[in-house]
Amino acid sequence: MTDAFQPLMEVLQQVKGYIYPNEVELHWGLLIVVYPYITGLVAGAFILASLERVFNVREVQPTYRLSLLTALAFLIVAPLPLLAHLGHPTRSFEIFLTPNLHSAMAMFGFVYAWYLTVVLLLEIWFDYRKDAVVWARNERGLRWFLHRVFTLGANDLSPRSLEFDRRAGRLITLIGIPSAFLLHGYVGFIFGSVKANPWWSSVLIPVVFLFSAIVSGIALIMLLYILTSLVRRIEIDMACADKLASFLLYALIVDFSLEMLDFIQRLYEAEESIHILSQMIASRLFISLVVLQMLLGTLLPMIALALISPAFRGQGRALVQAPPELRRLVYFCSAILIQMGIFSTRWNVVIGGQLFSKSLRGLTVYKMELMGLEGFFMSALLLLLPFLLLYLLVVVLPPWPDKEVSLEAVNADLLSAGQTGQPD
Amino acid sequence: MKDPDSQDQRLPSPDGSLETPMDRRGFLARSLPVPLTLLTVLQGGQQEPDQPKPAEAAPYKASDHNYSMGIDPARCIGCGRCVEACKTENDVPREPFYFRTWIERYVVQTDGQTMVASPNGGIAGFPPITETGILRTFFVPKLCNQCAAPPCVQVCPVGATFTTPDGVVLVDEAYCIGCRYCIHACPYGARFLHPVSHTAEKCTFCYHRLVKGLIPACVEVCPTQARIFGDLNRRSSPLSRFMRMNQIQQLKAHLNTAPKVFYANLDGEVK
Repeated sequence: MTDAFQPLMEVLQQVKGYIYPNEVELHWGLLIVVYPYITGLVAGAFILASLERVFNVREVQPTYRLSLLTALAFLIVAPLPLLAHLGHPTRSFEIFLTPNLHSAMAMFGFVYAWYLTVVLLLEIWFDYRKDAVVWARNERGLRWFLHRVFTLGANDLSPRSLEFDRRAGRLITLIGIPSAFLLHGYVGFIFGSVKANPWWSSVLIPVVFLFSAIVSGIALIMLLYILTSLVRRIEIDMACADKLASFLLYALIVDFSLEMLDFIQRLYEAEESIHILSQMIASRLFISLVVLQMLLGTLLPMIALALISPAFRGQGRALVQAPPELRRLVYFCSAILIQMGIFSTRWNVVIGGQLFSKSLRGLTVYKMELMGLEGFFMSALLLLLPFLLLYLLVVVLPPWPDKEVSLEAVNADLLSAGQTGQPD
Repeated sequence: MKDPDSQDQRLPSPDGSLETPMDRRGFLARSLPVPLTLLTVLQGGQQEPDQPKPAEAAPYKASDHNYSMGIDPARCIGCGRCVEACKTENDVPREPFYFRTWIERYVVQTDGQTMVASPNGGIAGFPPITETGILRTFFVPKLCNQCAAPPCVQVCPVGATFTTPDGVVLVDEAYCIGCRYCIHACPYGARFLHPVSHTAEKCTFCYHRLVKGLIPACVEVCPTQARIFGDLNRRSSPLSRFMRMNQIQQLKAHLNTAPKVFYANLDGEVK
């Protein structure tokens, strides 16, 4: 036997009980953990953006554009872990060309294309168009070129066209909310619809995925907002941070309640699979599920946010009054813990669903590779790549409120261009 | 006395006829017309005009068949010949992680514990039982259940895995993208990813043999006829007899996959 099979031989040594012989190889590894994690961040960041746009939560306005760009950066990377994981990546286009319409996975191409083009790109375009037109007029070189290309030649800054931009953006956000639900609910459905697997097969999985997505998205924007403010040396808008923390807490409570409901339902029904699943939770998944996901990733930040944020009492009043510096620190640490917790959630779903045998008689182990297409470094790279993309996007399309072109600037621009509300 | 179950399991040849071995009685019966014909010719007689002509060989029509397998665990001795034959016939990787078919040994103990094992798929038989307090033991051959409602076919994003008109679930190796969703969708652990082709693989009922009128390799080599292969559309066949004469169970029937591998008098411990 060649060295290529050595890892599988090691797994075979660590199998407990009986597993079907074909189950020694674990098929969905770290890359498939990364995939729902990334799409969750996309959906969550977009839903946060929609808070300002559709639900008029004015406080979170400073994060609106950052959320959109973050969603875009992560969405661009989202298919890469899938691609790297395929046995034949070069055949992946068949999903688009000859999809099996009965397959949940085949819908990926359509859901992804819809979300990328109809929702995110259009919304960003309508939102940034006036800025790009005004920026381009005072720029030279690459930035001028990029902003000119971005406008697609639509340079009309008349009040009528600006109003159209605003309405179109709002409409797209309205379409975008169910689309974001669809995007991540669909990823949950990929797992939840596998009746062969009792750990996955649950009608609640898409809903749990959705709310964990919202949690992870808000937490990520919280982290990015605090970090970018530090880097840019500007004062953090505490009203915004408090509001983010409040919504984070609400989403976390719903998410945790749904997970508990799923857990209690399984325990109470105590179906045939309960014995092996209990064994798995008590042994193979104890650290990642009980410690990382539940205690450190959910309960601890939940308690911290409940005490420090003004989520329950409103008007900036919290259960424990804390100075802004402390609140920022708590929010920051909570957001990091939550990211870790949500990543663990994805891990526990994807890897956990493969650690027990479908014979319900044994447990296996997951041996993570370091190198190679499906290895640790590849996954780490794919998790860093969105941040690089986000940096580039931020350079080209600054999302900061102080960089946004105001109506006064638009009018001044119109005057300087010798126009009065007419398209150029 | 001839075993009533040990009937000829050969399939109809592609033209639909079932060739039977010629015994002495058959030989004489067939030889009888020869001298008569010679006599007629010599007498200058003519062939009757309304005599039916031999039927023209009909092409193999896949939709006429619905292949299936019966398994009688009581007959299985766990020799592993079927596993070996399958690996040889289908070029299945020899490593102990890839099986189109395998044998499980169940040891049910008096304290209610059940120990299951399938060392290297049972290809080289099984070691002596070390457990004590044994209530009953038995072997169970496993393979793809060729479900009539296959979840693997449902989930394949590109339609690379499909059901043939003659009721066999196959994978198009040239089309499979290697996403492995089908492997997860299969409740029976019957699929694996081929380490060289990087495509999903599973039992095909030796489809390449079926279309030539042969039976699957595992059925062919089984020394105890624990596997009975046949066509569910044929009323008189060893498989029909097997289905008539036994209490029939399917694996994980509650999942509504409509398996087409039928087990006779299966123990409740088998999942």
